[in-house]
Amino acid sequence: MEKRENQKAWLMILPVVVVVAFSAIIPLMTVVNYSVQDIFGPNDRVFVGADWFLAVLNDRRLHEALLRQFLFSALVLVIEVPLGVLIALAMPRKGIAVSFSLVLLALPLLIPWNVIGTIWIIFTRPDIGLLGHTINSLGISFDHTASPFDAWITLMLMEVWHWTPLVVLLAYAGLKAIPDAYYQAARIDGASAWDVFRYIQLPKMRGVLTIAILLRFMDSFLIYAEPFVLTGGGPGNSTTFLSIYLVKLAVGQFDLGHAAAFSIIYFLIVLLFSWIFYQALNTIGTGDRR
Amino acid sequence: MARIVLDRIAHSYGVNAAGVREFALKPLTMTWNKGGAYALLGPSGCGKTTLLNIISGLITPTEGRVRFDDRDVTEVPTEQRNIAQVFQFPVVYDTMTVAQNLAFPLRNRGMSAAGIERRVQDIAKRLELDTCLGRRAQGLTADVKQKVSLGRGLVRPDVAAILFDEPLTVIDPQLKWMLRSQLKHLHRQFDFTMIYVTHDQTEALTFADQVVVMHEGDVVQAGTPEQLFHRPVHTFVGHFIGSPGMNIVPAAVAGDRAIVNGLEIGLGRAYPTLPAAARIELGVRPEAVAFSADGRGHPVTLERLDDLGRYRIARVSLAGCTLNVLVPEEAEADLSGGEPRIVFDPDRVNVYADGHLVEGEAR
Repeated sequence: MEKRENQKAWLMILPVVVVVAFSAIIPLMTVVNYSVQDIFGPNDRVFVGADWFLAVLNDRRLHEALLRQFLFSALVLVIEVPLGVLIALAMPRKGIAVSFSLVLLALPLLIPWNVIGTIWIIFTRPDIGLLGHTINSLGISFDHTASPFDAWITLMLMEVWHWTPLVVLLAYAGLKAIPDAYYQAARIDGASAWDVFRYIQLPKMRGVLTIAILLRFMDSFLIYAEPFVLTGGGPGNSTTFLSIYLVKLAVGQFDLGHAAAFSIIYFLIVLLFSWIFYQALNTIGTGDRR
Repeated sequence: MARIVLDRIAHSYGVNAAGVREFALKPLTMTWNKGGAYALLGPSGCGKTTLLNIISGLITPTEGRVRFDDRDVTEVPTEQRNIAQVFQFPVVYDTMTVAQNLAFPLRNRGMSAAGIERRVQDIAKRLELDTCLGRRAQGLTADVKQKVSLGRGLVRPDVAAILFDEPLTVIDPQLKWMLRSQLKHLHRQFDFTMIYVTHDQTEALTFADQVVVMHEGDVVQAGTPEQLFHRPVHTFVGHFIGSPGMNIVPAAVAGDRAIVNGLEIGLGRAYPTLPAAARIELGVRPEAVAFSADGRGHPVTLERLDDLGRYRIARVSLAGCTLNVLVPEEAEADLSGGEPRIVFDPDRVNVYADGHLVEGEAR
């Protein structure tokens, strides 16, 4: 059969190009546009070059927020992924108990994020909150509005409660997909429970865990609503994460150029780390070098 | 261990919607001798895999006992039975190398490092895996993976029986032949008992000394491939074995004559006492019918002729009954023009009453 160039085929991808342009490229380009200008009003703007980027790189409060953000995401991954896998391993495999525990697990995922913050504010209040009041009655002083440490504890508890179920659901799906023959072969080979986990379950969960880690990293790195409602970034700046600081800049101080330059760097950091995780998780344990 | 004895084994996975206990495996008693090659043959869902899992200990039977020689192992867990199993699709430990895969069952049983190394090298050589010992199991092709999973069984010095659960299903056709002959070779070398589950009759017949045909949880017939082919004890076996299967024709039988819709067919044996009111059928292999060259035999109409390469299958209508007739390559001229006639080989016409073979009396 003769091959022939058909330029009309390009028309086929036009709809996708348009959608992607409007959903991603054009908004991104407007941000790039803002980031190189100082904007005083709709018709009053000055081109400033890379000034805003230099400002971002020298912004000490931003650096602190970035460190806080890394600490938060690291804690989220270190706690939620192993905990999620453990819970998934302990889940029932058949019968009515499966649906029951799945629904129970999924509940926190169905609650709007700002409501989550509200729930935990009330739950941990020292005067009327069930948890806060109980802890204080035990003689331990606990107040997330006063102590940065308490604020972090509350935040982590809330985050783990909210998002570990996602890791559980993914890990559980991965476990369910392992054919019985693997477990049977392991029994015949005399493998211990740890061997089964190490050589069958964990390698077979690689795909879903990669997704879980990527999702949890990106979401936790971009977190806004829950800490904003719970602590508003305080006490002091102790829970001011990147998004909270960004919103303060853009909306609070109307520093559009600064905020735009910040957004771009923020975006690049998330992109870079997601790529690193993806590469690392895809090669780990396969013996391939890419 | 030398002999596997199944003593009135039956298994049920639970009760059905009507509350009646349904048996995936109906009571059966059977002995598997040391060093034998057995095939379990039957359509999907006939209970083959259940039977296999009972022997390997993955399932504890609802009823009956399993004995290895004189030791009752019904309750003994899988890892303490000297049995290995190869599954339908290759089960390998992805993150381990081929060598680690082979060493795994030995390591779990506490063998010394030197001993493990020796066994792994030996088995790898015999399975022709020695060139890829250092490779990760993940990237291997299906046939090599299947050899690795077989190797994990062979490597154990204690293994006396290896169970195969349709092990060649996912292997390419050309490689199937190779693996099958390798397997036969290994079987002769190692002298383990081999029980091989398959729904592919060619695999079963070329592979096993004894073939056990199962149907709906029952063992219908156990015998040599020869017996299954020529004297199937049940019309199911006749139909299931052979390609195409045995022709089953309703008939009336009196003495050594059978009447099929008014046509008289001579039989090789006499049947003076057939159960009254039973459904009588004749079973004739397509190989036992031939087109006559000299005008003898019964007139038929030719409906179809399929060329299968080395031979042809003619579908003919004999007094309203459809029959398959195997036409050898050299018999080409017999079908051109005229009214074809067929003759039966009387010694190879079997008589069945309600599906079961009637032995009859030698004339």
